[in-house]
Amino acid sequence: MVKKPGPDLSVKIGSLHLKNPVMVASGTFGYAEEFNGLLDLKKLGAIVTKTITIKPRQGNLPPRTCETPSGMLNSIGLENPGIDKFIGDKLPFLKKLGIPIIISIASEDDPGEFCILAERLDKISAISAIELNISCPNLQKNKLISQDARETFALISALRKLTRKCLITKLSPNVTSISDIALAAQEAGSDAVALINTLAGMSIDVHKRTPKLGSWSGGLSGPAIRPVAVKMVWDVYNKIKIPIIGMGGIMDTESALEFFLAGATAISVGTANFINPGISLDIISGLEKYMADGGIQSLSNIIGKLKECKD
Amino acid sequence: METALLKVRVISNKKLKCNYWHLEFECGMIARNARPGQFVEVKVNHLMDPLLRRPLSIHGVSGTRVRIIYEVIGKGTQILSEQGPGVFLDVIGPLGKGFEYGQITNKADKQKNILVAGGMGVAPLVFLAQRMKGSRPLVLIGAKTKEHILCEKEFKSLGCKIKIATDDGSRGFKGRVTDLLKDLLSTVNCQLSTIYACGPQPMLKAVARISCENNLASQLSLERHMACGFGACLGCVVSTKSGYKRVCKDGPVFAGEELTW
Repeated sequence: MVKKPGPDLSVKIGSLHLKNPVMVASGTFGYAEEFNGLLDLKKLGAIVTKTITIKPRQGNLPPRTCETPSGMLNSIGLENPGIDKFIGDKLPFLKKLGIPIIISIASEDDPGEFCILAERLDKISAISAIELNISCPNLQKNKLISQDARETFALISALRKLTRKCLITKLSPNVTSISDIALAAQEAGSDAVALINTLAGMSIDVHKRTPKLGSWSGGLSGPAIRPVAVKMVWDVYNKIKIPIIGMGGIMDTESALEFFLAGATAISVGTANFINPGISLDIISGLEKYMADGGIQSLSNIIGKLKECKD
Repeated sequence: METALLKVRVISNKKLKCNYWHLEFECGMIARNARPGQFVEVKVNHLMDPLLRRPLSIHGVSGTRVRIIYEVIGKGTQILSEQGPGVFLDVIGPLGKGFEYGQITNKADKQKNILVAGGMGVAPLVFLAQRMKGSRPLVLIGAKTKEHILCEKEFKSLGCKIKIATDDGSRGFKGRVTDLLKDLLSTVNCQLSTIYACGPQPMLKAVARISCENNLASQLSLERHMACGFGACLGCVVSTKSGYKRVCKDGPVFAGEELTW
């Protein structure tokens, strides 16, 4: 008897083929080696690295994290070894995994730094895609690139000329209309958008009368932000044609499915990696089961397939 | 080093005194691999609030059992104190880099180690004293009052000499344990000593300074809020001579002279 093929979890994001749609979010998975031994990394759909800048960055003043109701604030401040050390020390381990590797990059002072980074990474065949972190809330900037549709458009247009690699634009939820920014990214040639980055937040120690974070405020993540993220994915899905990588408080299969139904083609697990390093693999098998049980052959049968709620 | 995600069964979870609790769980893997100064990351329940694991220092191991002592200070530790025998806890460990200590065989080297514990800081130091075979370290315990003194019996049964300091003078030296350390170093010849300490940050800073003034090496076990506990989030960093270091992965034990705080 021929074994019935299992459900097809593969998805395409621009030129990027993923064997399954479960990735790990930038900043929550280090450079993967930190998780070696805690889960079978090769089973992940893709890995998005911690953001790299041109020069090494020491990051923000501690304390850098604090727990909040069903969530956490962080203000790491893009601590990273810089592109040279990343390529020399971190990339070899990632290459060996044989799964798509997505490098998150950011500029510190001048958006032109994105171009320098993209040109460097474009030459490295082991790198599958570049994620543009234009939405980090912890750089003490008055305005982020992703808070301005024109700046977003200008940056991605410039980068599009420099690389044919899959470009993923990571969007901030701290905006009036995230769909407008997503549209600008699409028009400029971004292959996909990833949303949401953390929500700006602050927590106060009333006994000490100080903020709980050394840099006063930070980015909120975890299940507390999930409904905000799901709504934004749904809004963006209804406005754009390029694929969406959905994230924000995904803790299990059910929460991952919310994002697919809202219109995400793939999802990223973020804060949950800190609590349960193996959760992404549980979600992959949970998705397989959900699809098998529901007779769903392909993920495209559920992406954005929301029905009206009738009481 | 072997580290794993584990489900462990609580053997006992009892109040010691004040807000201090003693938890024992069954886990051969951690019991085999743990070294003094290492910690475990414990999920106190299966809910999303509190969201993060709690890093707890390993207090000791025997056979396949692991012991923890902790202070109930907030929601997380309160919930942990409600987990009775038979409950399964979600634990990652052992984590971090422990104390560096030699096996002392030379009799002349006896008493060369001094352990300084402040409050809950006794937790990893009992484990350390146990593993310092052949050596009987001198232990200085600092506590708020005589009621808050922890693990005196355990140190005694290991053959350690103990000196006590309390903030209110209800037992031993009245004042800080670091003042007791300073007095001790000025009266006794401790040229061979290494100082091992665990306790609140102001105490550890003072230990680092006193060790440095006396040309003694110190190893300090730091405590921090952590998001992951295994080096990924870069949340728990401390400032050192070579930049920020992760307390969870590069520590929690650091050489006193390395830290710039």
